[in-house]
Formats: sequence, C-alpha cells, structure tokens
Amino acid sequence: MAEQMTGAEMVVQALIDQGVEHMFGYPGGAVLPIYDAIFQQDKVRHVLVRHEQGATHMAEGYARSTGKCGVVLVTSGPGATNAVTGLTDALLDSIPLVCISGQVATPLIGSDAFQECDTVGITRNCTKHNYLVKSIEDLPRILHEAFYIATSGRPGPVVIDIPKDVQFALGTYHKPQARPSHPTYKPQIEGDLEAIKVAVDLMLRAERPVFYTGGGVINSGAEASRTLRELAELTGFPVTSTLMGLGAYPASGSQWLGMLGMHGTYEANMAMHDCDLMICLGARFDDRITGRIDAFSPDSRKIHVDIDPSSINKNIMVDIPIVGDVNQVMEEMIRIWRAKTNQPRTEAIAPWWKEIEKWRRVNSLGFTNSDTIIKPQHAIQRLYEATKGRDVYITTEVGQHQMWAAQHFHFDQPNRWMTSGGLGTMGYGLPAAIGVQVAHPDALVIDIAGEASVQMTMQEMSTALQYELPVKIFILNNEYMGMVRQWQELLHGGRYSHSYSDALPDFVKLAEAYGGHGIRCSDPAKLDSAIDEMINIRKPVIFDCRVSKEENCFPMIPSGKPHNEMILPDTADIGSIIDERGKVLV
Amino acid sequence: MNANLLPTGSVYFMPSQTEAEERRTLTVLVDNEPGVLARVVGLFSARGFNIDSLTVSETEHDKHRSRITVVTVATPKVLSQIKLQLERLVPVHKVHDLTQEGSAIERELALVKVAGSGDSRVEALRLADAFRAQVIDATTESFVFEITGKSSKVEQFVALMVPLGLVEVVRTGLAAITRGPEGM
Repeated sequence: MAEQMTGAEMVVQALIDQGVEHMFGYPGGAVLPIYDAIFQQDKVRHVLVRHEQGATHMAEGYARSTGKCGVVLVTSGPGATNAVTGLTDALLDSIPLVCISGQVATPLIGSDAFQECDTVGITRNCTKHNYLVKSIEDLPRILHEAFYIATSGRPGPVVIDIPKDVQFALGTYHKPQARPSHPTYKPQIEGDLEAIKVAVDLMLRAERPVFYTGGGVINSGAEASRTLRELAELTGFPVTSTLMGLGAYPASGSQWLGMLGMHGTYEANMAMHDCDLMICLGARFDDRITGRIDAFSPDSRKIHVDIDPSSINKNIMVDIPIVGDVNQVMEEMIRIWRAKTNQPRTEAIAPWWKEIEKWRRVNSLGFTNSDTIIKPQHAIQRLYEATKGRDVYITTEVGQHQMWAAQHFHFDQPNRWMTSGGLGTMGYGLPAAIGVQVAHPDALVIDIAGEASVQMTMQEMSTALQYELPVKIFILNNEYMGMVRQWQELLHGGRYSHSYSDALPDFVKLAEAYGGHGIRCSDPAKLDSAIDEMINIRKPVIFDCRVSKEENCFPMIPSGKPHNEMILPDTADIGSIIDERGKVLV
Repeated sequence: MNANLLPTGSVYFMPSQTEAEERRTLTVLVDNEPGVLARVVGLFSARGFNIDSLTVSETEHDKHRSRITVVTVATPKVLSQIKLQLERLVPVHKVHDLTQEGSAIERELALVKVAGSGDSRVEALRLADAFRAQVIDATTESFVFEITGKSSKVEQFVALMVPLGLVEVVRTGLAAITRGPEGM
C-alpha cells in the first residue's frame, strides 16, 4: 500500500487514484516537477490551455457536464492569479474543482522571489478551502482531502499550493480512504425527518404551491433530477427553476413554468409572487431571483432545502428550513406523501393552474420577428430546432445572449447547460465548451456567445484546434455589450457610455487564422442553412451571426422591483390580465 | 448636468434595517493550522461583519486546537449568519454564542502606564489598590499597572487614570468561558 515516491509523482498518482482522466493546465517554473511526472505516464490526459483562466472554466465545463471533479494545474505567481476569476466563478456556482498550483521553494517563501505570490492568501476568500503544503508528509492526505472537500456537501473549488521543493521531496504515498471523513468538515446529508414531515403536511394542504428549483438539484447528481420529476408528477405542482437549475425538470414537461427571476417568464414570476407555498429545492434566493426583498412572495409559506446551512435565512426568512442533500430530502418527501395519499392534488390546485394558464397566455417571451434582419431570439430558436434530438451541450458567455439562450433554448436533461450564473463571468463560455467537449468528444457542443464576451477568452480557440475539439461558437453579434446597453437605455437615459463594440475583428477571418471554420450570416432566410453548415463541420467553428442591434431582453424585472412589476415585451398579450393587474405593468 | 436626473433604480434594493443590533461574545474552537486566524478574520471583513474584540491562543497543545473569542455587534439575523458562516470554514470545530447561551464569565487584562509625581502619583496608586490592579513596573516617575476584570471595569480604571498622567494602555481583548461544569 505505502509507496515511496516524490511529491510530484504523488500528485499524479493521487489524480489517478481519484479517478481523474483529464486535467487543464499551463506549465511554468514552479510546477515543472509535476509536468515531468505527467510526461511519464498516460493515464491522466493533460490539456494545455492558452491562459490559466481558460483552464479553470474548462474544468468547470468539464465538471458541470459530467458531475465529476474538474482539475486544474497552474504555476506560481501569474499562473495562480490568472486562475482567480475561474475559482471565484466555481465558488459562486458551487462547481467541484481541485486546482493545484506550484509555489516557490519553501525557503524562498516570503522573499518576493521570482513568480512568487501569496496564493493561499489571495485564494482564501474565493475557494471552499485551500492548502499550502509545507511538508511532503502532509501531501498525500491533503491531495485526497481536497477531492473530498471539493466534491462533497456544497461543492466548490479547492486550491493546493505546493512549493517546488516539496514536489522534489521523497515521501510515503498512501491511497485514498474508501470512505473519506474529516475531523471538522462534516456536511449534513440527511434532512431532519420531522421537518420533512411538516413540509409534506404543508404541501398536502397547499392551494397555490410552486417548486422553485436550482443548481443544487443538478449538483446532487442525475438521480436528483429523476427524483424531482417524480415528485413533480406525484404532487401535480408547477415547477420553475433558476438559471443554474435548467434541465433538472424538463422544459417539455407540462408542469414547467420556464425560468424565474430578472429575465424569467411572467408565469414563473407571478407564480412565485402569488403562491401560498414555495418549495425551494437547492436554490439560494439570489438577488436576481428575489427582486425587491420586502415584496418577495408576500403571502407564502416557504420551505427551503439546502445542503449549506448558511444559505438558509440568508436573504429570505423561511418557515421550514431543511438542511440536507436535496435528492435525499425529495426521496423522503415522496415516501411520506405516498404514505398519506397516492394522488396528486389535481382538484385542489385546479384554480391555481387556471390562473397560471392565464399568465402563460401573456406569452412573455414573445418578440417581433423580422424578414430582413435576424432577431437574436429567433436565432436561438432556430439553433434549438436544428439541434433537437442531437447529443447537444450548451455553454454561454454572460449578457443578453445568455438570457435569450436560457429563455429560448429548452433543456430536457440536466448537465446540458453550462453558464456562469453567480459571478457572471464574461469569457466563460468558450473555454467551458472546450472542457465539455473534452469530456464528450462526440457530442455537439455550442457556446452561445456575444461578440464582446467571447473576445475575453478568444485565445482558447487555439486549444480547441490543438486537441481537435470541434466546439461551435455561435456569436449573437449586435456590436454592443448588449446587457450594458439595455440598462443604459432603460436606466441611464440612453447614454451608451463605452458599451459599443468598436474595432471588432473579422470573426470569419479570425476563425480561419486559428485554423477553424468561419461562417457569417445576416439574412434570416439563410440562417437555417448556415446553422446546418456549422453543425456538420467537424472542426471548431466561429459563427458570426449578425443580429438586430438594439433588441432588448424581456421580460425584465428591474432591480429593486417586486416580481409583479415586470417589464413585458411590446408583443405581450396583456388583454387577459389587464383587468386585474394590468395597471401595474410598466 | 446630471443633477436633475431621477434616481436610476440601477442599485439593488437595500432593505432598511429595522432590527436593533446586539452585542454578542462568540467562542470559536479551531484547529490551530497556518492561516486559520486569517480565515476567521477574512470572513468578517469579506462579509461586512463587525469585530469589537478578538482574542486568540492555542489552548490544547497536544491537539493543536485554539480558542478564538470574538465580540461582535450585529442584528439577530446577521448574528445567525456569522455563526453559520464560521461553521462553514473547514478548520472550525464549533461555534458557541456565549451571550445567548446564558451566563458566561468575561475577563480581560490591561497594562496601564501612568507617569506623574506628587499627589497624582499617590492617587493613582490608591485607585489601583481599590481596583485590585498590580504594580508590575515602577520608576520614580511612573507605574505600570496590571488590571484584570470585566471590560467595563478596565474602561473605568483607564478613565480614572487619564487626569493622573495616563501615558498608554494595552489590552488583551476579551476571554470568555461558560459557568458551571459543562465544557464547550
């Protein structure tokens, strides 16, 4: 069992023993021993990135599309600081990552040595946990502990900073424990049964219930999505989800209300506002969800299931907090519900569904299409239709295109939708798509992008080419930082301060310069064939989709407003609701 | 030129604070590993929590465990967040709210340097005696007193020393422990 090896060899051996098949990294002086160990084996495949931020987002995409832990390897100093954005992104979206960074040799620490930075100091607040390994004796334990902490409980990024002399040092390696445990870190998996019973009692009496689900359902594993579907069917309750939770409940399901929140559907937000029972499953009442806190769902009892106790009562006070793994809690809910009745509450909540149907008829995702210019929503709809039935994974950058993708691309399976929700990192989508493609080489992986965001990590095109990863970058090019422009139009008097994408590259030539394929389309009539061309090319594609420039993303709850004060698109059919509440619509 | 503009509404809605703030003494049992204090203090600054007093020392050498005593002022809602966020840190074993959990004994130690001569010097010494402060250093023109007690007692003693030639004060911050036979 115990084996003598160097620290660098331990790193690689621990990765193998943890089941790691792929890692994303960039070499440098302080990690050369680890790179040497990687060179001498072929079990863990290393993907060379072009910038360390790209490595972290690739690992995120890899993790989110597989449910496994993403692994990143960077050098000291700039290698580590470049990884900070991706680590923070993974922290806010609860993505399991282990990031190994090289550090200058222990005698040099604190001397402002070449490429030295205080990596543990810098990453302390943007990781779930981090380590500086000062002795070879600690290394095997820390390596295995890092994977345990990253992947258990509420997942998150863990940094292991390893000085170069520790990588060279000889020590005794030991394998991971079959059932890892930790003296102080003990995530609570099983929900309190009494609380779950009370929750089911409330559910059995609810007249206007809604399931509000989030990324926690995805993180809990594929089983959790199946359990959620069963729970929804058993109860007959409507389901809405946050941006991070899309796909857990199928968009084609009859009880699906669409996404909620700032750019969520009218029916989802109205259901949240008017419900009498809110069942929050693995979501965290983020400000993009709640809008104005003191007007958030004023008449409801709230059940909150979350694996992280600090998420409960943080933003919104709830009636029934349940700390535990969401899948386990949902299974208990199903069991208790079944013990009492085997029927959904179809009749009791029929009036509620009737009201929801009325809200649905508003058609809040509607838009005015055009024959002469491509509307961005239309482009997403065509992309969705063209890829339906294929093994497709979608990543996005951040902004209008991200919201349009969430609204108009429909997900029936979990782990198919990779987006930067919490941190809102522009530049996430391209590297994330590469990470997804590494994990699923034969799948169709599309980064729905904006022309501004994608330029932040464009250099990773080179990574895609090197590893023959045929990712598709579908740019909705409106020559604006569209969401910034939208806010400036609606909230800052139309003064478009620095939100115009000037001096854009020729994206077709850029694709070709990297060795990929470029497509440009500005004619709605040619869009479908251009999309087909993109799908059928077995190499990286940049698709420059020229869309209408000043389209706004609606519906929208302006920040600081409650759910029932949405801005709806011009096309919305408010006739059916005008009597009751049309007046409050701005 | 922007003076006449209406509020943009582009800030988050900030609920006005209605709950009163309370002063609480928390005791945090942690593994004494490198950086653990930075984690705890960093959490307070990153999330905008207050620290009024902070006392740290290793208390169980064989187990490498330290006790951190933090005095904080916050609303009940924020206090509950402080506790939950602290518990989320990997090296944290336990967090106890001593103020909430009942009668705890709180003590702090201060070293007080007073310089002077004549009547004020005599008066300082007399007051020190009344407060059961020890003289731990003396010259013909100064004393250093060591005083232990509740923070209010230390405050009061220091205030009395001001007109008698107070030079400087150093305080340890609060240490607190529960009454009775039960441990943490």
